[in-house]
Amino acid sequence: MRVLVLVKASPESETGQFPPDFKDLVSDMDKYNDALTKAGVMLAADGLYPSSKGKRVRFDDAKRTVIDGPFAETKELVAGFWIWQVRSMDEAVEWLKRAPFGGGAEVEIRPIQEQEDFQRDLDATAARAAR
Amino acid sequence: MTVEAHRAIDAVWRIESARLIAGLARVTGDVGVAEELAQDALVAALEQWPSAGVPEKPGAWLMSTAKHRAIDRIRRDATLSRKYERLGRELLAAEEGGDPESRMDEEMGDDVLTLVFTACHPVLAMEARVALTLRVVGGLTTEEIARAFLVPTATMSQRIVRAKRTLAEARVPFVVPSPGERPARLAAVLEVVYLIFNEGYSATEGQDWVRPGLCDDALRLGRVLQALAPDEAEVHGLAALMEIQASRLRARIGPGGEPVLLLDQDRGRWDRLLIQRGLAALERAVRLGPLGPYALQAAIAACHARARTAAETDWPKIAALYDALAQLDPSPIVELNRAVAVGMAFGPAAGLEAVDAVASSPALRRYHLLPAVRGDLLRKLGRWAEARSEFEKAADLTANERERRLLRHRAAECAADEIAG
Repeated sequence: MRVLVLVKASPESETGQFPPDFKDLVSDMDKYNDALTKAGVMLAADGLYPSSKGKRVRFDDAKRTVIDGPFAETKELVAGFWIWQVRSMDEAVEWLKRAPFGGGAEVEIRPIQEQEDFQRDLDATAARAAR
Repeated sequence: MTVEAHRAIDAVWRIESARLIAGLARVTGDVGVAEELAQDALVAALEQWPSAGVPEKPGAWLMSTAKHRAIDRIRRDATLSRKYERLGRELLAAEEGGDPESRMDEEMGDDVLTLVFTACHPVLAMEARVALTLRVVGGLTTEEIARAFLVPTATMSQRIVRAKRTLAEARVPFVVPSPGERPARLAAVLEVVYLIFNEGYSATEGQDWVRPGLCDDALRLGRVLQALAPDEAEVHGLAALMEIQASRLRARIGPGGEPVLLLDQDRGRWDRLLIQRGLAALERAVRLGPLGPYALQAAIAACHARARTAAETDWPKIAALYDALAQLDPSPIVELNRAVAVGMAFGPAAGLEAVDAVASSPALRRYHLLPAVRGDLLRKLGRWAEARSEFEKAADLTANERERRLLRHRAAECAADEIAG
């Protein structure tokens, strides 16, 4: 299975400021990413620019409104992500525990819905509806 | 808590077992002994973690527990002491002056690579290599491997025990192969990984057309090898080949579980992330060069991956790549594939000519794809009766139930064409 690991934004990541121990953090993260790669777990990884560089499009019936960043709800914003190949959510959790985060950071793991899963869920919903 | 702890232990085992076994094999010089010690540590974890909690550094905990268990065994049982003599000395020395964490990362990577080479050692039969690799490198349980290969657990367990014994009896040292041996030994490793992939990709036995779990395991091994042997072109070539083939997994199965052939697949269902990874791996292989058989096959797969529609496929390039492959690694099966590409690039008559040039090869006598390919070309030439009989021949030869149904369906279509035509 694949999972998307979402690293949430913080006031620092949103202002684009680097913390004082930036170099250590980068080196720890490099080591961690290297371990993920060596284990064949890492499929993709990227960091995102602060939301000030982002845009949103709002949909109201036929109307489309473009909203420029930054966006206020910092803790709901995403600052970076990984895509991992793992055998279970437990394995994903075990890997994430080893990540070099601190300071109350919360990182979220969400299983990626594969097309087969989607079809199965759809069938199950249809079967329930038919009953 | 207990259930949770057990699941956490399973996950830790998946992550740590290869490094743990590899590190212990380096000290003991014996993969079988290393695996037993690692199992001892796992048992200790199952006893202790549910109540004491999962330690902060579970990998280091398992390693030091395994070493202590080894020392206990030696102290308890004098007859074991000869077997563990060297281990005992090393462990006691390590206990005095070593921090197990300090030599973790880079050296551990080398140990895992040595473990891969050992598990795929030519002294072992192919099925033993496959089982041992999945067990000690892939971190799968014996039950999982047995299920994947549709054999009873006891059979698989025996196979693994015998493989470990063979390695010990042949006194296979736990070292990386010398530079002179390396190309052949690496080829043996890649062969094992690709065999696992193929067993998942087009199951030769059983009810299902694909078993994606095995593909995932092989892909993961391939990616591990890329990280452990980054300078080997063919390692990237194989990874590229598997990534691109796996990108089509979900498009290869129709709604009723039946196979869908490459040119009929809905390309929107191809996995873009895997294609992108495959093309990147191929690029690395090309940069390192020269292109070996896996990289050439990956280059062929890449031609399909790059084409937005089946009609846009660069068949002349594919035919040329098969030419190169046939020169490097001549086989009737490659020739047969080349014939398919020639047929697509230069018309069914040219393709049929190329097929018939290899049709008498003994290796293809019971190969169901020979009549399937001939049938396809004959049908395009409007020779329906001949095409139908070729598809029927192919259906009789395949061992896969799903594929047989597809081939019978093709034969029936030819019969309909004949009536309509």
